[in-house]
Amino acid sequence: MLEPMTPLQVQALAAHSALHDAGIEMQDVDGLLVANTWGIPGAGQVPTITMAEYFGITPRFVDGTSIGGAAFEAHVGHAALALEAGRCEVALITYGSTQKSERSRSLAGRPASLTMQYETPWGMPTPIGGYALSAMRHMHEFGTTSEQLAEVAVSARKWASLNPDAMMRGPLSVEDVLSSRMISDPLHQLDACLVTDGGGAIVMTTADHARALGKTPVFVRGCGEANTHLTVSSMPDMARLTSAQIAGQQAFERAGVTHSAIDVVEVYDSFTITVLMTLEALGFCQAGEGGAFVSSSRTAPGGAFPMNTNGGGLSYAHPGMYGIFLLVEAVRQLRGECGPRQVKDAVNALVHGTGGTLSSGATCILSLK
Amino acid sequence: MQSQYDKPVPHIDEESRPYWAALKREKLILKRCLACSRHHFYPRILCPHCHSCELKWSEASGLGTIYSFTIARRGAGPAFSADAPYAVAIVELDEGVRMMTNIVIENVDILAIGQRVGVIFEHVTEDVTLPKFKLIGS
Repeated sequence: MLEPMTPLQVQALAAHSALHDAGIEMQDVDGLLVANTWGIPGAGQVPTITMAEYFGITPRFVDGTSIGGAAFEAHVGHAALALEAGRCEVALITYGSTQKSERSRSLAGRPASLTMQYETPWGMPTPIGGYALSAMRHMHEFGTTSEQLAEVAVSARKWASLNPDAMMRGPLSVEDVLSSRMISDPLHQLDACLVTDGGGAIVMTTADHARALGKTPVFVRGCGEANTHLTVSSMPDMARLTSAQIAGQQAFERAGVTHSAIDVVEVYDSFTITVLMTLEALGFCQAGEGGAFVSSSRTAPGGAFPMNTNGGGLSYAHPGMYGIFLLVEAVRQLRGECGPRQVKDAVNALVHGTGGTLSSGATCILSLK
Repeated sequence: MQSQYDKPVPHIDEESRPYWAALKREKLILKRCLACSRHHFYPRILCPHCHSCELKWSEASGLGTIYSFTIARRGAGPAFSADAPYAVAIVELDEGVRMMTNIVIENVDILAIGQRVGVIFEHVTEDVTLPKFKLIGS
């Protein structure tokens, strides 16, 4: 456990650690990508400028794309384009949050201005209510059950029990999830991710540079992204995750791999329903079959479909924008650094971030090859 | 009208003023596109379907169907706490648009997707009337 710190300190430590791991000096970073919820209004309104200043660097490529928790998967795609185009040589992606220490997470909605004036006045608990509305519709159309949703949380906990860095490692059963407090029907407390502090960083460079550094490189094979709505009532289909469908299709096409070639999957689990809808939209199962797909501990350690192997946002950590941890875990799995939770011989990983209220999606297919 | 309404109220702006003004007169109005004939919600200056700017306000029937709903078992912030449990819903109006709202009902546990609803008008402040819905027929 670390001392209390600011989001800037969290990012500096994460960046320092990631650069050390890569064998690259901070002074060589010439691309910086940041998404944030800190410092708004104020320094956080221009996060790439603030972080470049804090780090003491002068990047020639920056990207502050902010699409919620999926931002970092989008950043990977954008950094890849910039590296390929020669706009930068070393790209650094950072995230830091102290939302738990600040007690800044709240169920209250966004200020009721502009498009939010049509949603905030009705008191939907935020963000869980938006996911609950999708879960209810998914149950209505497909017969998905609370037990099936709970399986997602139970499997995540089993992975977390193998990860000494996970926040929640104790045993968890389907019954525990179902008997936890109902927050916004049909979602219970234990259908929801944790609220924690945390941070992370990713270093990207060209393939030739990466090979020369000596550390096992992980290659970005394909990326995709899409977003559909911010107001919940504008979601095109509340039982289907259109953004993930579009993003995933692009990523698979660009990577030139099929679903069966994916060895480990890291998908955003803000809520249990997010996972079912993501797996369906990415094409790992048909629409409506997500509930059956995750049943019988299929996504748990030892199951046929290793997923969210650090314990996920449900049991590992969730500092507001979780997407960076999906990437960190995928890289660790591909490098074989995961000890008791290591997925054997993992070569290809799929990462999918989801942001907002099922609003945005970004997919990355990563590979040792 | 309720005294001391402490829940969030819409920040009425140039674009939304006619919408909220109509609600105050107990009329629910929607923007309808003259080019493609489709309605949209929330009201915009261009049609999100065909992107024409030839739009006209039209009065909605006020009838619709529950597309999805959730029961807030605790309030969305302190101002809503005393109301819990309450129903938040996405209603699909007969005109084909969806909007967020509340279903006003004593027993929230009887709600179901597909139930028919009709608009009611809750005057919460001098400027703001919120469109909410209640179950109709059987």
